Amino acid sequence: MTATVEVSVERVLEMLRNVKDPEIDSVSIFDLGMIGEVTTMGNHVYVALLPTFLGCPALEIIKKNALHAIKELPEVGEVVVDFIFHPPWTSDRITEKGHLGLRAFGIAPPPQHFKEDGTWHVDCAYCGSTYVTLENIFGPTACRSILYCKSCKNVFEAMKPVSTLM
Amino acid sequence: MSNEEAVMDPHYTEALKSLLFQLADDDFMYSFRGSEWLGLAPHIESDIAFSSISQDTMGHAAMYYKLLEDLGVGNADKLAHFRPANERKNSILTERVNGQGYYMETPHYDWAYAVARNYFYTQAKKVRIDSLCESSFKPLAEIAVKVRMELYYHKMHWDTWFKQLMSSTEVAKKKMADANKLVMIDFGDVFSYGNRKQQIETSGLIGSEEDLKERWKKNIEPLFITLQLQVPEIPESPVNNGRNGDHTSDLDEGLATLSEVCSLDSTAVW
Repeated sequence: MTATVEVSVERVLEMLRNVKDPEIDSVSIFDLGMIGEVTTMGNHVYVALLPTFLGCPALEIIKKNALHAIKELPEVGEVVVDFIFHPPWTSDRITEKGHLGLRAFGIAPPPQHFKEDGTWHVDCAYCGSTYVTLENIFGPTACRSILYCKSCKNVFEAMKPVSTLM
Repeated sequence: MSNEEAVMDPHYTEALKSLLFQLADDDFMYSFRGSEWLGLAPHIESDIAFSSISQDTMGHAAMYYKLLEDLGVGNADKLAHFRPANERKNSILTERVNGQGYYMETPHYDWAYAVARNYFYTQAKKVRIDSLCESSFKPLAEIAVKVRMELYYHKMHWDTWFKQLMSSTEVAKKKMADANKLVMIDFGDVFSYGNRKQQIETSGLIGSEEDLKERWKKNIEPLFITLQLQVPEIPESPVNNGRNGDHTSDLDEGLATLSEVCSLDSTAVW
């Protein structure tokens, strides 16, 4: 009888750090804060992902990519990837590395703080100038807003801040 | 009652399924009617906003249909696309056409009606979602928490449009007054649970009809006071109660359109 190798959670997380967002391919789903839970039992792996926006069409693609990435590990047997809704994904789950990756794509990371009246401000994703205008709170995807930088004259986007305070 | 025990209780499960169909069918039809405005909104930025809101809302509907699937009711996609009109549980407000004409030919959609319907529906949804965040059925409460975060932006958007048009020119005020009247005629079943009222109200799944109506009124009162207007009256009994499968021909038209492609080959893999 052959012994099943134990799969380590660390190995699984390592693979997940390389699963990129299907559209914003400069960030991984790990750095977007979408990893809820990883558990292993023998060579079985269970990954729970946290969906960003409920209507995001990339979610199913992300789920499939995560599944395939983990299955590449030779020691892995069965893999299940699911979405869970607790804790709710909030934009403050994005890591520092995620912030850098978003900037590289032309997306300003979500602001850490809100002003008293509920509004928020971000600097230009390209040149860092604070001299920007918010053109539309909504944007080309569920998660992004559209802004314009008066300094470098670029249109850029921002990750819409979502928190449980709303 | 733990979730496992609760789901085993047949009365609770039936109440839950009824409520889920109401929530799912509401957001599904609302999102569909919203999507018909694509490319037709009076301003490019509001076109982007409206389609984004519709996409978010379709996601909300998908969550409720998925819960129904998990409860063994059926495949989520099929529940959404193939159920006939008399099995639908959406409020008739959500099924109404956007205006005269058809977007493939010459649409004459009414922007005042769009703003009015979206404003009143979103205010109602906010009250319901707040209540659902405390739902006795944990998976539903968890989804409500996520919906609430997205709804924040939807509400901000429609509150702004509504307030602007309601305090704009005489033409705008007249159009809005007419639109609001049309919306309120169909508003009678929005907070209704239909003939499942007793079961749903005693399940702890969501607040009572009266309680939610009160909160809705309290929420919109400040704006109406500023506008020097009365908060509109919700009709005592709806003309058609969509919660009981009592619908208008607008729903037949809507369902025919949204299921046209997948009905061409109902076994196709998408």
